[in-house]
Amino acid sequence: MIERSATEIAAAVNGRQASAVEVLDAQLAQVERVEPSIGAFLSATADLARRQALLVDEAVAAGRRLPLAGVPLAVKDNMCLSGTVTTAGSRILEHWVAPYTATAVQRLLDAGCVPVGKANLDEFAMGSSCENSALGVTRNPWDLRRVPGGSSGGSVAAVAAREAALATASDTGGSIREPAAFCGVVGMKPTYGRVSRYGLIAFASSLDQIGPIARTVEDAAAMYDVMAGHDPMDATSLPRPVEPTATALRGDLRGVRVGLVREFDTKGLGQEIDALYRRAYEKLAALGAEVVEVALPHAEYGLATYYLIAPAEASSNLARFDGVRYGLRVEGANVQEMYAKTRAAGFGPEVKRRILIGTYALSSGYYDAYYVRAQKARTLMAADFEQAFAQCDLIACPAASSAAFEFGAKGDDPVAMYLMDFYTIPMSLAGVPALSVPCGFVRDGESELPMGLQLVAPLYQEARLFAAAHAYEQATRFTLDRAPASLEGVR
Amino acid sequence: MSSDSSPAAGGGIDVTYVARLARLELSPEEAALYQRQLDNVLEHVALLQNLDVSGVAPTAQVVPLTNVLREDEYRPSLDRSQALAGAPSREGAYFAVPQIMEEQA
Repeated sequence: MIERSATEIAAAVNGRQASAVEVLDAQLAQVERVEPSIGAFLSATADLARRQALLVDEAVAAGRRLPLAGVPLAVKDNMCLSGTVTTAGSRILEHWVAPYTATAVQRLLDAGCVPVGKANLDEFAMGSSCENSALGVTRNPWDLRRVPGGSSGGSVAAVAAREAALATASDTGGSIREPAAFCGVVGMKPTYGRVSRYGLIAFASSLDQIGPIARTVEDAAAMYDVMAGHDPMDATSLPRPVEPTATALRGDLRGVRVGLVREFDTKGLGQEIDALYRRAYEKLAALGAEVVEVALPHAEYGLATYYLIAPAEASSNLARFDGVRYGLRVEGANVQEMYAKTRAAGFGPEVKRRILIGTYALSSGYYDAYYVRAQKARTLMAADFEQAFAQCDLIACPAASSAAFEFGAKGDDPVAMYLMDFYTIPMSLAGVPALSVPCGFVRDGESELPMGLQLVAPLYQEARLFAAAHAYEQATRFTLDRAPASLEGVR
Repeated sequence: MSSDSSPAAGGGIDVTYVARLARLELSPEEAALYQRQLDNVLEHVALLQNLDVSGVAPTAQVVPLTNVLREDEYRPSLDRSQALAGAPSREGAYFAVPQIMEEQA
């Protein structure tokens, strides 16, 4: 049962061929088998899961059909789930219990999902490898010596390792798409504002967006359909209707113009990766797409823009962690000293670096030169996408510049890690929806490591995005019939 | 180079000064490490200085929403005990903090 897709599990539970409790028992047994080697979760929510599974079975017995009935779910630990410890991967929230549930998570519960645990992440979602978690190590199921990507490392590892059929994730500059690529799963960042961020611990509020992680495009679409839609509890939530996507999937790309980005040429990524992306683009053409070249002339400024705007917003958002209302407190002689000591003890190095950069970019004398200039560059980047989408319906490009790397590979230069976000940041700045779908494997020593194809659509065109990704996935099936190497022998 | 009232002269980040603004205590080792690392980051973001942004309006966020308001009416929220439950220190119905104001002589 745990090998099945979320869609298949929901059909079986709704059709009473299996109960949600049976699915949960099988799921928890799998978690017990593989979790010691994977480490996807910071905490288990087994009691809550059992109560929820019983409720789902009662609802189904009473004649209700739930779109995700009995589907095991991992919840990224920067999302509130009432009564569970919700840490954001940080010491400062290590023992904090959420007093309410995030809207996106609540909608999944209402749709019948069964939450099995809270998934690891880079602290406050700041990172591209999950190595910045203060509370746990998550390994890539395709090669345990490698990182799962980040920041949603626990979410993607859990889904790849069959510890959950679906996982929630959040993406600020690539935190859904890069780890999805690294772990060979589907990860999708909706249009900014599509999914409510109420109950998501804020990182950079003008960029943060919640999206689905799944093993198939159909599952990701079904999960998106449940989460998306206006929420009065989030003032940035879009008050526009959401088109269903899971019922609009396609088997071909006839009539779709796919843009390849001139500035995203893959020659510099090495021969093997270059060849892999060329094959991916050829497959899109073979499925009927008309392939055209487009330009994103300001893409090269993406990293610089992002690494001013995101830290600036983070420094402001994280001001709330001061030892007063929640989390850790370290006592000091006066209130100022208490703040400074609490934050020194509670935050890890990457969070401190971003608070410092952000505070600097917003400080008197530098505000215009850094922060406002970055906001203007952001305008140019959004205009780039508008112009590109005048010539194409979708953009195709890499989701990351390499496959998963080994722990510690990026050393202590933060810029080396930031470069992992090169292909994902422009879409975040422009707010457009984008996803990563597996597009093959590269060999590194004894390991075969998955890579991700990123597809990007204009604002609000999530249905188009899922439809194309589904056609590509069904025609290639890179990970549909193949499980990660580390699971062999324990499955 | 650093003072409580002004940023470092001549550009560049003065980590010790900025850490004070951010209410973040740093050990001397941390300050030295972050100084080096953040100099690298700022060297990278300096790329933006090459970009001509004259006449470009800044983008704060990409969603066409302004002044999102709701009806001014009562609706349920967390009760006081729930709101206080995660606090490291509380006194009765309040969050408790160390003394903020100095006593008058």
